[in-house]
Amino acid sequence: MKKVTLGNGLQVVLKEMHHAPVASFWIWYRVGSRNEVPGITGISHWVEHMLFKGTPSFPQGEFDKVVAREGGVFNGMTWLDWTTYFETLPSDRFDLALRIEADRMVNSLFDAQELEKERTVVISEREGAENFPEWLLEEEVQAAAYRLHPYRHQVLGWKQDLQHMTRDDLWQYYRAYYAPNNAIAVATGDFQSDALLARIEELFGAIPPGPELPVVRASEPPQRGERRVVVEGEGQTAYLQMVFHAVPATHPDYFPLVVLDTVLGGAKPMSFFGGGTSNRSSRLYKALVDTELAADVDSSMPSTLDPFLFSFSATLRPGRTLEEVEAALWAELERVAQEPITPEELAKAIKQTRAQFAYSSESVSNQGFWLGFSEIVASTEWFDSYLDNLAAVTAEDVQRVAKEYLAKSRRTVGWYVPQG
Amino acid sequence: MAVQTVPGPQDIVRYELSNGMVALVRENFTSPAVVVSGYLPAGGVAEPDDKAGLAGFTASLLTRGTEKRSFEEINETVEGVGASVDVSAGWHFTSFSGKSLAEDLPLILDVLADVLRRPTFPAEHVEKVRGQWLTDLQERDHDTRRMAALVFRELAYPGHPYGRSLIGTHETARAIGRDDVVSFYQQHYSPQGGVLVVVGAVQADRALDLLQATFGDWPAGSDGKDVTVPPPPPLEAIRHKEVVMPGKTQADIVLGRPGLSRTDPDFYAALLANTVLGRFGMYGRLGTNVRERHGLAYYCLSSLEAGQGPGPWYVFAGVNPANVRRAIESILEEIIRLREELVPEDELNDSKAFLTGSLPLRLETNEGVAGALLEMERYALGLDYLQRYPDLIRSVSAAEVQAVAAKYLDPQAYALAVAGPDLGQGDEGMG
Repeated sequence: MKKVTLGNGLQVVLKEMHHAPVASFWIWYRVGSRNEVPGITGISHWVEHMLFKGTPSFPQGEFDKVVAREGGVFNGMTWLDWTTYFETLPSDRFDLALRIEADRMVNSLFDAQELEKERTVVISEREGAENFPEWLLEEEVQAAAYRLHPYRHQVLGWKQDLQHMTRDDLWQYYRAYYAPNNAIAVATGDFQSDALLARIEELFGAIPPGPELPVVRASEPPQRGERRVVVEGEGQTAYLQMVFHAVPATHPDYFPLVVLDTVLGGAKPMSFFGGGTSNRSSRLYKALVDTELAADVDSSMPSTLDPFLFSFSATLRPGRTLEEVEAALWAELERVAQEPITPEELAKAIKQTRAQFAYSSESVSNQGFWLGFSEIVASTEWFDSYLDNLAAVTAEDVQRVAKEYLAKSRRTVGWYVPQG
Repeated sequence: MAVQTVPGPQDIVRYELSNGMVALVRENFTSPAVVVSGYLPAGGVAEPDDKAGLAGFTASLLTRGTEKRSFEEINETVEGVGASVDVSAGWHFTSFSGKSLAEDLPLILDVLADVLRRPTFPAEHVEKVRGQWLTDLQERDHDTRRMAALVFRELAYPGHPYGRSLIGTHETARAIGRDDVVSFYQQHYSPQGGVLVVVGAVQADRALDLLQATFGDWPAGSDGKDVTVPPPPPLEAIRHKEVVMPGKTQADIVLGRPGLSRTDPDFYAALLANTVLGRFGMYGRLGTNVRERHGLAYYCLSSLEAGQGPGPWYVFAGVNPANVRRAIESILEEIIRLREELVPEDELNDSKAFLTGSLPLRLETNEGVAGALLEMERYALGLDYLQRYPDLIRSVSAAEVQAVAAKYLDPQAYALAVAGPDLGQGDEGMG
């Protein structure tokens, strides 16, 4: 792997993989819903959409066609801490990806008419999400868990903000955050690093660095007792969520928390393209699903820049109450804080993660995702030493973090109460 | 640069086990991982109407206990090494898959053979899985996308197996007993017509030995199995139904007709027509019209489900309730254009370039290759299929695309399902 920073601040990460004649190019911007303030929630995601709406060299509707014509796939994604764009192409067509990304980093049009049409599209994306009770519950739970930090709102933003934002807002946001000194270019796959680096220099090197970047100052004040929210809505199925303030990816407690997450809710696939794995031997499955309280249960401990949430969710079986499912979940969380996990559970969590790493290394797109994502929330070294750090976790570490973080005073509990 | 290696007769090993099961193996030492997948001819088309969902229920109960292992032991064995094993039923086949580190291949093959050959269907688990099934049905009742898809099938395939839901209804979920599951298993699970695929970091000889050892002595049943379906009843008018779901924000639309089978000579023309209509780039012409030009929807695309039988060819979109009518008009506009005008040569070439050029991407991972091998075997496409594929695509003409659109997509006769909040427009809501 090769890591270089160009004169204009663009970080470049290159990893050759020659198992197949394909290559993946990712450009990551250090901007996401974390950078948004009230009034412009959802703007990072909308800006992402606008980067598909054309530049002078690739007019509206052109470059999705150009990439497809070359047999490639592409997409853009926005999350809490980042916005990213990728193209995965047959390796002999790879140059196209570099040209597109260098171009739209600075030349996107933000045409006023296109922007208005996209307003209804981003609203439609949000409305589609609103059809799902779990999404509505998550939005409320997050908003209750955070008073101040922008992690309190969803990446899709509040509908009122989507209705009222202006072209100026979007344009200024683009100008503020889309610059080489706020970006990471990642290439993985079948190429020669030296030649590719020279080409990246040629296409990106001349782009001037942007202005000084706005700093996210918001830091969440401590929570002084549990919070509870109830969402009422249509449907017949009840859903439970329970979230706890956790730590960022670079925190020393991050790895023990990942082991805890794996023991409680199962191993997580290291692929954003899906391909899930079962969690039937996990503690929570046995306590909630096997006992016929819930139809499914999940946990997640995301890797983020600022402290985010260690979360648990369950879908209730008909005839079960939120009280009893919440009590069963809580009993498991108390147990793991009271007794250390077994050596077998610890070994299993590490082996499971090792397997997930192996699976994800088959795909250049997955590797591109992980390298860029790691560099945003920590560093590629963090990714390289991930398994070693995980293997160094002890049962005592896990018990200690369970006690500290899975505390009632850090939690927000959400109930979705269906109204039929 | 990597050598272009489209899987073909030179590196796919095809072998018949002693009981007639077909094994296909391709080595790939890129990562220390391996994928197993396969199918048996046992699917939803074999269910009686009042037992809809039986094939799927049977499939999900396979992993609940065997003569050798309890449910807990299966889970601990598989998940303990970071592997996964899954079995699920489709219309014609029950498919299974497994994934593990290469060192654990013997283990997951043993588990897969165990669950497929020696399930015990513990009574306690029949009820546990039924509860999950009923929860899923309850969630479906309140999911606009799934309800639109369900009602579309009922409208497009009345009285035909494809008109049923693979997960049945609340009634069938309550009516199916353990004895139904056992007899479905006994009647439909046997190695005949079964296919096994292994792709990954294992020598082909070693993989074949393992397959022979785990599946080769599964005794063959007495007769071949019929997995065909009758042709769907003719659809000669607009059949339309709205599912009112108060409290929802967005409406989902599904519009389409019965299409064609994978082995139909029209398949490649239909594949191109579908790519032009609702796939290419950001969802083809539908994406351009409905999303880009009118900003009506976040998604609007088309899908061609050509399988063993004539699956549906349909368009689906999620839109604001106020835009349902305009979205349907735009969809019909594009269908009419595809039928009435030749696709311009450069536009057709774009879709051809996408379908042929994206082959290396589809074949990058073990799962991608395994999927391709299963398709080749299921539809008797030959081991050189992937090498012939570019020519098959390139040889389709614009006239053939137009003809296939005219034959299968009729703007005067289609099934249309809309699920969402009350549109409040009475009869004029939809034309």
